[in-house]
Amino acid sequence: MTNPFNIHMTGVGGQGIGLLSQTLLRAVDCAGIRAIAVDTHGLAQRGGMVVSRIRMGENVFSPLIMAHGADLVLGMEIHEALRGAHTALKKNGILCYLNVAWQPLAVRLGQADSVAETQIKTVCEEMDARAFCVDAETIDDPRMQNMALIGTIAANKLIPGVDMNHYRQALKDLLAGPVLDKNLALLESYGKGAAPGPG
Amino acid sequence: MEKIGDMLIRKKPFQEMVMGNTAVVRAMVEAGTRVVTSYPGSPTPEIATAINSISKEKRPFYFEFSVNEKVATEVAFGAALNGNLSTVFFKSVGLNVALDSFVQLGLMNIPGGLVIIVGDDPGANSSQNEQDNRNIFRMSRIAVLEPASPREVYQYYLKAAKLAKQESIAVVLRLTTHVCHARETVSFGSFSGLISPHRVDFSTENGPYIPIAALALEMKRKSLAKMSRIMAFAGEQGLNTVIPGHKTRNLGVITQGLTCRSLQDVLQGGDAGPDILKLGMIYPMDTNDVVEFLKAHNQVLILEELDDIHEKEIKALAFDHGISVKLLGKNNDENFIGEYTPDKVLKVLKDVWPDFVKHHESSEQDLYSDSPVPVPPRPAQMCPGCGHRSAFHAVKKAVGDNDITVADIGCHTLGFLPPYEMGQVLLCMGASPGIASGLSLFNIQRKVVAFIGDSTFFHAGLPGIMNTLLNHHNITLIVMENGTTAMTGHQDHAGREISIESLLQGLGIKHIFSCDTYQQSTLIGHVKAAMAIEGLSVVIAKHPCMLKLTRAQRKKSGFVPRHVKIDDAMCSRSHDCVELFGCPSFVRHPDGSVGVNHDLCIGDGSCRQVCPEKAISIDS
Repeated sequence: MTNPFNIHMTGVGGQGIGLLSQTLLRAVDCAGIRAIAVDTHGLAQRGGMVVSRIRMGENVFSPLIMAHGADLVLGMEIHEALRGAHTALKKNGILCYLNVAWQPLAVRLGQADSVAETQIKTVCEEMDARAFCVDAETIDDPRMQNMALIGTIAANKLIPGVDMNHYRQALKDLLAGPVLDKNLALLESYGKGAAPGPG
Repeated sequence: MEKIGDMLIRKKPFQEMVMGNTAVVRAMVEAGTRVVTSYPGSPTPEIATAINSISKEKRPFYFEFSVNEKVATEVAFGAALNGNLSTVFFKSVGLNVALDSFVQLGLMNIPGGLVIIVGDDPGANSSQNEQDNRNIFRMSRIAVLEPASPREVYQYYLKAAKLAKQESIAVVLRLTTHVCHARETVSFGSFSGLISPHRVDFSTENGPYIPIAALALEMKRKSLAKMSRIMAFAGEQGLNTVIPGHKTRNLGVITQGLTCRSLQDVLQGGDAGPDILKLGMIYPMDTNDVVEFLKAHNQVLILEELDDIHEKEIKALAFDHGISVKLLGKNNDENFIGEYTPDKVLKVLKDVWPDFVKHHESSEQDLYSDSPVPVPPRPAQMCPGCGHRSAFHAVKKAVGDNDITVADIGCHTLGFLPPYEMGQVLLCMGASPGIASGLSLFNIQRKVVAFIGDSTFFHAGLPGIMNTLLNHHNITLIVMENGTTAMTGHQDHAGREISIESLLQGLGIKHIFSCDTYQQSTLIGHVKAAMAIEGLSVVIAKHPCMLKLTRAQRKKSGFVPRHVKIDDAMCSRSHDCVELFGCPSFVRHPDGSVGVNHDLCIGDGSCRQVCPEKAISIDS
């Protein structure tokens, strides 16, 4: 693991980035790794851009990540994934994103083009970054799409030192009842292939 | 899963991963705070969320949302005069609203102690400016502690409460946006479980409390006399800390809060670095600590975001003490603008001491930093189903191209964006009736329409409305009533107890129109009729906040999601739905057809009436 290890999460207000960030942060904590985090939501509740960050390691001070300082960029939406790749991703980093599109205002007004997945591919190639595209189209409730991301992260061990058990434990700390069951089920289905942790 | 509210009143010490806004509530519990008040505003509303997570019966203090920040400050002050440790919290520009009362607090002997939590917003993430409230704290002579992280938020509240009680004063805990919202593991202390008795100890013997003429000066004298003891508190409590550099080159930095963390990040990985003096109490500044630090260094950089307050004070201090140290500070306008993120601090250091940041010169990281990002910006939007969208869509049809529309603060401020472009000028909470009145003077050519939200109506809107009556101004006021303080997360407001329409009637306003905003043609008619009237006319454009309503519905069992659908055969590609009505649920396909994003659409159907072909229907 590079020390520190920086995770930049990006999406649109209403997509559940808060739960995504909190779950990952708790999972990192469960794994015994020091971490700090911060959300920038501004007016995100109204469909604006929302960014959250987690910084892992002993020698991290500010929860903010410097430009192009993210080892892992998580995009909950393709426009924001491309923006994240251009502003936050490190050379040789990892981009993991949902194939979900929530068109920004200018696209809906016919003043700009929608982002195409090939653009994401191109930027990742130029930056020697690994890209993971997660299919979330089968998930009916958009507020649970974040579980597809976490499952993919677990299956591919994208966050060093954190395994499936830690993600499970984090979810159990944060949710309860039927909501927990539904989210856990999704996490498990996307996390298939993840090596079972000890115990 | 343990509920956060239960955790916050746990008796035994514990560790938990929390944000700054949550950590401060545990500190309130441990400190024995009895009364807490607020008006909601970012970056502080999650403090209220944490408070409300403790059930009312178990909560060891009284909490209220007051009508505005000024009233909230007054309620907390009054409670503290009775001997109860009290706290008020609000956002940066909330201090402007509270100011008339706030400036007096420095003169007052406050037996219970009062902690004022102000959430400043460097970078203007969710405020109409990035004002540096350190200027105001200084004017009011109120001591200020500034934490850098959730852990320090918890610790510094406890210290602020201790100082406030010890000296019977008001103390500010200055938070900034990314301190409020940062998360880390915090080790909390114990809570006795005992609720301190409610005191009713007010006595004029603790005063004077009437700052009139000579008494005001006497009160000022008394408060100045406390300053040296307050300053000494920083030393006693170890609030200012020196972080030694890697190598002595007699260079130092004086800084504070999250800016210090940015600096530490930027220096990390380098083989040298300056000594750092981090100020925890930023006003009054402990001159002993600073003088000692200045004497020990040849060059000192004062690194502070926003204004150059410490810089000026430290330069004066060095002059007074005859210290021959080179002092470096802000050297261009950009250094006064924006948050001091690690990226910003790197820029500052590159200018001043490039040697310390050589390790950042790996050029591949700058690969894309100067090229434009090929993604359109994503401004905040009104939510799917939002009643304000329906209101703006209708009002736009009633207002002439040359007429003037005045915005106010709230979700409806977003009406200024395309495609509505309703609301062309904005100052602050409750300013729209007054601005509109001024715009209406000497003006018979252009109608003036002002918007105001319901929470803002009560907060600061009423004086402006009464002024239009008193002085017979000719404006149309549109009250955007959604039943909640929506922008900051659906807090209650006075509308729970007071009907806006009855209140307006009680003021003697004769021309009041009212309808649900989904009734587009009625609303257009109302606005046209109102604008034709001489004097003040009011249109109450009502619709409940659909984000709040939908969230509540989703929690009920048997909830079935609803969506609209577009009959593509009927669609004439007029794009009224996606371009004029502008609901974010619509998807514009490259071939010109329009779809519906089921992740976003809530099936409210408010869009159906905007389609000239009636191609939109509820998908059942």
